[in-house]
Amino acid sequence: MQAEIAVLRFGLGARPGDLTAAAQEPRAWLMSQIKGPVPLAVNVPLAPSDQIFAGLLAARDERQKMKQASAAESADAKVVFNAIREAYQPHYRAQVLARAQSAALTSRPFAERLVHFWANHFAVSADKGVVYGLAGTLENEAIRPHVAGRFVDLLTAVEQHPAMIAFLDNQYSVGKDSMAATHVAARFRGADSGQPKRQFGINENLAREILELHTLGVNGGYSQTDVTSFAQIITGWSIGGGKGRLAGGVPGRFYFRDNLHEPGPKVFLGKTYTEQGQRQGEAVLADLARRPETANFIATKLVRHFIADDPPPAAVDRVARAFLKSGGDLPQVYAALIESPDSWDADARKFKTPEDFVFSTLRALNVSPAQPEEVIRTFDLLGQRQYTPGSPAGWPDTSKSWDGSDALMHRVLWASRVGAKYESGVEPADLAAAALGAYARPDTLTALRRAATSGQAVALLLMSPEFQRR
Amino acid sequence: MPWPAPMSSSRRRFLIGAGALAASATIPNALFAYTGGSSRLVVVILRGALDGLAAVPPYGDPDYLSLHRELAIAAPGSPEGALALNNTFGLHPSLSFLHERFGAGELVVFDAVASPYRDRSHFDGQNVLENGLAKPIGTADGWLNRALAALPRGGSGRSGERAVAISQNVPLILRGEAAVISKSPQATPDVDEDLLARLADLYSKDDWFSARLSEAVQTEKMVDGAAADSAADSTAMSKASAKAAYPNRVGAVAHMAAELMRSDGGPEIAVIEASGWDTHANQGGAKGLLATRLAGLDQGLKSLADGLGPLWPQTAVLVVTEFGRTAAVNGTRGTDHGTGGCAFLLGGAVRGGRVIADWPGLARAALLDNRDLKPTLDLRSVFKTVLDEHMHVDANTLAKRVFPDSSGARPLQGLIRA
Repeated sequence: MQAEIAVLRFGLGARPGDLTAAAQEPRAWLMSQIKGPVPLAVNVPLAPSDQIFAGLLAARDERQKMKQASAAESADAKVVFNAIREAYQPHYRAQVLARAQSAALTSRPFAERLVHFWANHFAVSADKGVVYGLAGTLENEAIRPHVAGRFVDLLTAVEQHPAMIAFLDNQYSVGKDSMAATHVAARFRGADSGQPKRQFGINENLAREILELHTLGVNGGYSQTDVTSFAQIITGWSIGGGKGRLAGGVPGRFYFRDNLHEPGPKVFLGKTYTEQGQRQGEAVLADLARRPETANFIATKLVRHFIADDPPPAAVDRVARAFLKSGGDLPQVYAALIESPDSWDADARKFKTPEDFVFSTLRALNVSPAQPEEVIRTFDLLGQRQYTPGSPAGWPDTSKSWDGSDALMHRVLWASRVGAKYESGVEPADLAAAALGAYARPDTLTALRRAATSGQAVALLLMSPEFQRR
Repeated sequence: MPWPAPMSSSRRRFLIGAGALAASATIPNALFAYTGGSSRLVVVILRGALDGLAAVPPYGDPDYLSLHRELAIAAPGSPEGALALNNTFGLHPSLSFLHERFGAGELVVFDAVASPYRDRSHFDGQNVLENGLAKPIGTADGWLNRALAALPRGGSGRSGERAVAISQNVPLILRGEAAVISKSPQATPDVDEDLLARLADLYSKDDWFSARLSEAVQTEKMVDGAAADSAADSTAMSKASAKAAYPNRVGAVAHMAAELMRSDGGPEIAVIEASGWDTHANQGGAKGLLATRLAGLDQGLKSLADGLGPLWPQTAVLVVTEFGRTAAVNGTRGTDHGTGGCAFLLGGAVRGGRVIADWPGLARAALLDNRDLKPTLDLRSVFKTVLDEHMHVDANTLAKRVFPDSSGARPLQGLIRA
């Protein structure tokens, strides 16, 4: 059963031949995948984030000019909204298609699952307008290069990626004593217009979520004062391109805006940080990446994802110790996970999320989607529209969040459509053997044999309890 | 077996075509014969933390304008001003339906209210809102599910599911021992009957899958029945025109809740969720981001009331969020995570037209941690009262089982019409 566990639980499901390939040395099969960066398994030209973001800025300017020219004030918000959609939509679609193709075809499915795991850990949501076309770039540009590297590098790349900065509103977070705020305050004191119309200050969204969701975890021992202080520390972490006070930087790239940064040393979690500018925030990230609370939080999430909804404490402990001991060297962390005896418990199975279900189906049927519409419609139907977890906590990772009766009916509907589509040329028993190996139950094999059509057999296989779990 | 075997491949379609008469002949009687306790309860969860100081502007508070600045709603009577509730509080101008219901005595507005949670994580905050405890972890079930187990049985001893989550999956508030159903507005048309029968067979040794499939099939029947009923009702809108009338998501979800609750043997309790309230940047005032969301919520609640129709006089709708937001505007024309906020209790069964708020004020010294509206009312007090007065859940069960550790949160009185 070890090959099945390696391929079905740690990977993304079996393509024909995967179970045989992993059978010899299941652990080595996994370990061999987590060396070096994990690029997309398909060679498709995806635009980089700076280009996409610059395109957005240009489209927005263009529309605003048009709007001013036509003086159609009522169309205001809608015009800008449409500009964002038009500039972003092709990129979102291309990213979603490439992601599904990569999941369907990769020969490093464990590494690919880890990419998905971290993309969900560092979640951004495309249902926020400004993130829509950038969501996939965070995964491809910040996560894929570092997934088998050091946690601190992964963390820093993510927190300085324009998609994360924009998603959690840090680009306009301004220190009260920053150059920009001081300058404006002085100007308004000169005029006797009373208070300035716009107040400068921090936005604590990114700082809070880095602590709560990306590193220490919600019970990680920080206070509201630490959140506020950290928010001040990362004032100025922004995106290039803009006007006036926000001019400067390469449009769409991470840009440290010194004039928005709150100057001076700051105390965070009892330690005084005296670094200047951008380095101050990076020093905090480096410290956060080494803390035992972070090790424990990451270990808990990894074990929940790969082993069980209720993470076995022994496995969490082993993974957390590897994290601390190696200074967050991720391959060593993954190795500890693979070496945990709990990982190889054949009964501890996870109910698949819609993503798991779709990707493992593509692999079992040895197909790859050709059009973005297929993928988009599928995930709409199954309730996990790609890159839209809605909240910075990412998609939930326990069965209870996915096991509604209505959700099951949607899976049945999709499985029957898939069956109808891939009806011809598939021998159900062979399909079951290649997709499930020793997990295939005699009852299921009987049901497949008795199915009215081969399409119905495919649907039954996909909806069998053993295929619905990993 | 989850339902009587053998099942012909045309059975479901037959049921839909022949309507309720045929259905009662083939479906366990308990499901359809039930006439029910008369009370209906809908809980609307606003995920992301609604800014109570925008939804229920305390325009009479002397510190309101200086803190909420460009996000503040002006006093009633000014252009784009609040809709007046009393001398201190108003409603956001987007909430015109709620305001109308306030005038009709069907809305209680709570302010300076919060769950017992005092930190500022959305996710822990939502856990506390839904698990009914004083802390985010400690139970895997929700208070509404525990209350469900303690509901008095209906007149004819109903055994079917009495609550529905209007989504594909069940949120924490409704998870637990008592069986509940889930149903999203997204239809699952024409799932092949033969495939369903074979799956039921395949799942017969797996309780977990078996239970879900039979729930799903029963829910589909309920929906089909409801659709048939509204088609038969000459005044009812067609599905297409209903869709056009409820363009936003809250509306579609509310419409589905109403349709299910009105169907024969339909659930008495429904949970609806709406997200998009986490307004850290460019929140807007009388117009803008939050105003648009609030208008969607307001229309959604109207859809619910319209859809429930004759059931409205026996309905109470609780609208709640995980916490409020900062009293002061942040650096990006938005608000950060706070504590005290607002809640609504709406419905024909509600003794409304009142604002319930022990208002601590927005003076610097009155704020919690120098930043948030200080809560003076525990949301569990509201929940307990509604479950007691409206759903007739025994007070002892409420105190011990549904909301353990809630002795500090004493029930209120007279929220529901006698």
